[in-house]
Amino acid sequence: MKKINKQTKSNIITYGIVVVAFIIVQLLLSTGNLSSLMEGLLVPLCVYVILALSLNLVVGILGELSLGHAGFMCVGAFSSAFFSKCMEEIITVSAVRFILALILGAVAAGVFGILIGIPVLRLRGDYLAIVTLAFGEIIKNLVNVLYIGKDAAGFHFSTKDSISLNLQPEGEVIVNGPQGITGTPQDSTFLIGVILIIITLFVILNMVNSRDGRAIMAIRDNRIAAESVGINITKYKLMAFSVSAALAGAAGVLYAHNLSTLTALPKNFGYNMSIMILVFVVLGGIGNMRGSIIAAVILTLLPELLRGLSDYRMLIYAIVLILMMLFNWAPKSLEWREKHSLKRLIKKKKTAKEA
Amino acid sequence: MALLDVKNLGISFGGLRAVNAVDLSIEQGELYGLIGPNGAGKTTIFNLLTGVYKPDEGIVKLDGTDITGKRTIDINKAGIARTFQNIRLFKDMPVLDNVKAGLHNKHHYTTIEGIFRLPRYHRVEKEMNEKAMELLEVFGLEKEADYLASNLPYGKQRKLEIARALATEPKLILLDEPAAGMNPNETKELMETIQFVREKFNMTILLIEHDMKLVSGICEKLTVLNFGEVLAQGNTSDVLNNPEVITAYLGE
Amino acid sequence: MSFLSYLINGISLGSVYAIIALGYTMVYGIAKMLNFAHGDVIMVGGYVVLISSTSLGCPPLLGVLIAVIFCTVLGVVIERVAYRPLRNASSSLAVLITAIGVSYLLQNLALLIFGANTKSFHSVVTVPAITLADGKMTISGETIVTILSCIVIMVVLTLFINRTKAGQAMLAVSEDKGAAQLMGINVNRTIGLTFAIGSGLAAIAGVLLCSAYPSLNPYTGSMPGIKAFVAAVFGGIGSIPGAMIGGILLGVIEILGKAYISSQLADAIVFAVLIIVLLVKPTGILGKKIQEKV
Repeated sequence: MKKINKQTKSNIITYGIVVVAFIIVQLLLSTGNLSSLMEGLLVPLCVYVILALSLNLVVGILGELSLGHAGFMCVGAFSSAFFSKCMEEIITVSAVRFILALILGAVAAGVFGILIGIPVLRLRGDYLAIVTLAFGEIIKNLVNVLYIGKDAAGFHFSTKDSISLNLQPEGEVIVNGPQGITGTPQDSTFLIGVILIIITLFVILNMVNSRDGRAIMAIRDNRIAAESVGINITKYKLMAFSVSAALAGAAGVLYAHNLSTLTALPKNFGYNMSIMILVFVVLGGIGNMRGSIIAAVILTLLPELLRGLSDYRMLIYAIVLILMMLFNWAPKSLEWREKHSLKRLIKKKKTAKEA
Repeated sequence: MALLDVKNLGISFGGLRAVNAVDLSIEQGELYGLIGPNGAGKTTIFNLLTGVYKPDEGIVKLDGTDITGKRTIDINKAGIARTFQNIRLFKDMPVLDNVKAGLHNKHHYTTIEGIFRLPRYHRVEKEMNEKAMELLEVFGLEKEADYLASNLPYGKQRKLEIARALATEPKLILLDEPAAGMNPNETKELMETIQFVREKFNMTILLIEHDMKLVSGICEKLTVLNFGEVLAQGNTSDVLNNPEVITAYLGE
Repeated sequence: MSFLSYLINGISLGSVYAIIALGYTMVYGIAKMLNFAHGDVIMVGGYVVLISSTSLGCPPLLGVLIAVIFCTVLGVVIERVAYRPLRNASSSLAVLITAIGVSYLLQNLALLIFGANTKSFHSVVTVPAITLADGKMTISGETIVTILSCIVIMVVLTLFINRTKAGQAMLAVSEDKGAAQLMGINVNRTIGLTFAIGSGLAAIAGVLLCSAYPSLNPYTGSMPGIKAFVAAVFGGIGSIPGAMIGGILLGVIEILGKAYISSQLADAIVFAVLIIVLLVKPTGILGKKIQEKV
């Protein structure tokens, strides 16, 4: 029973950090102490946190390396933006529309997760990594050649250009290839972002501490042993993968409804984005949800905090990243830290005193 | 009718006949030993019985049901659990959760009930905790329930593997060199535990072992393998006195 | 006729991928790590040639030589400083993320020194183009040099690995580090040598790439790096002939896809082919099958 309490306590601290951070930001906002630049970063910050949490489900809990996470975010973003744009005049209550868009985006990304997961999860390790990267790039590329328009006759699709949609004069191009979707209702707020973070945490933490989570972690620790006690490998791998994809899709919904123009660029939906999220996960601690949140926040704010250094900031970011990795993971560094850790120093003093 | 009935089991890897024409019949409640020199095909037989490998030839029946060539998880559901020669624990999970993972198929609630912590989640989790602690107590592991499995000493890791296998409520349990790497005291203690498990759970046990003392001390029947084939089979004392076995296995 | 010229262009581009992929695959084979910074070494090579020929006024071939030396040293330094300390880390993800850090570092250093603007690159190739079939088809000098370089590199590398002591040491280390060490092989030096060769090849690839597509910016190496990584996996990562086949196939598919299907979808087609190959053959075309022992 003690263990469960410890677990619950740790989870409560994690939720607490999110809530406290929210309150502090709200206070800063109301007293006008937050620069408009920082204010603009609040929703993206929530997006990155959700992405990091959801990727940690695959990397930390399932133990598989995925480099296509941004692809699922892309699916969520575009499907929901498309929905909101079409429904803008039909559903006028923005809260209702946003919730529906959120569900749609998450489900669409989750379905993609299953479709991609079925063939891909047979592969292992670095092969899985490269194939997920490939899928992410394919999704991004496909979105860039997608044209959808709407007129009195209904929807028109094309993969060539907006003219070949053959729209009637009053028709409207909704998805315009590389120009993406313009004029999505901007429904995302910091509050919604924080609520979504809490929902994500709730889903992941509760899943991890349940029968399903144990099965997923058993597969991570030893696939053959997991099979030998009757755990269905495919089912649980798919479960972790698709839940993670759905949550990334939700992050995409938040992202899409924060921008007036949504385009699929290498910067936001390409492998660079997937890699950046992976950096959050690894730096925050593989399998450590609280760490993911903290790492995502710090690493997103770091370049902004270094803005005074203008041209040097990304360079410093890179150096900090390398140094942090070496400090946290190099066996020599760990040995040194063990030797010079505070706990040990205190203990030493104590024993010296006693003697 | 025998609980486990194996007829003419065989498999080849490349050109090598690893297991050939093996018959094996184990009655309910028996403690059966599988012995033989290194490379004789003992672990391969375990892998064939548990579906890790698919046999080229032969039939495996458990309690009258044909389980030949089925998937590992279905074989486990049908009632065979095992341990591994090179210990395979869920090493980054607590000891208790290792056993609870073994209880996976016997205690159910849905994903939704798990995520939203509905009443059945709490009820089933409580059942699982009690059951798992019970099993840990059998092996004297209850104090280490919160430890990570990888932090257990070697002997206790072996015991935890047996506890995890038992959690799946098998009809037959396969132990792959349970005493490997143990000192004589630990081996003795393990022998007692195996005996106890057999009586408490009315368990049928098939074990691979190198330690002759352990084998002759607790197994009532033996099969001796050599080069993938059965060299001798029958009551322990008869088999151990068989001159062919003495030549091939024990050396002269 | 146009099909043939597309094919030749594809082989040429594929040859560049193959040279990059060789570096990827050798490093993967020996250090079991995905060196995400490998693509950026290509970009560094490009800039070194650019400076040495424009600012220092070196003849092109000398410029190439300087670039190869520079990148070789760079590769060794990166391995020594950033990767070696993490070789025995508890998670293989650690070194992967560090490689990503190195990639950011190289890109941003280039950004600081050379600016974000794309620089035009003067081809270092002086071989004249060949005209075939009464002027219906021309093969550029760059194409000829690229394909020839690729063949020469492949042959030399194969000879090096099979015929020299250092090459055999590489094979041994990639097979089993511990056993190699016990046989008296200096594992650190062998891995360093692998990085040196891989980075030197990246410099050559950089020069060839920038000569064929004459523009250069701090992100030039990024996408070809990823494609070459795909090529290495495609052919079976860890296998040198695999990298060659994977690279050339990838280049051909990309150019033909661009020409006949859609220029915007060419990358998607390349990745889709990779996925199909891996689903049919999970370890790539020439990859070894790994059976887990129970």
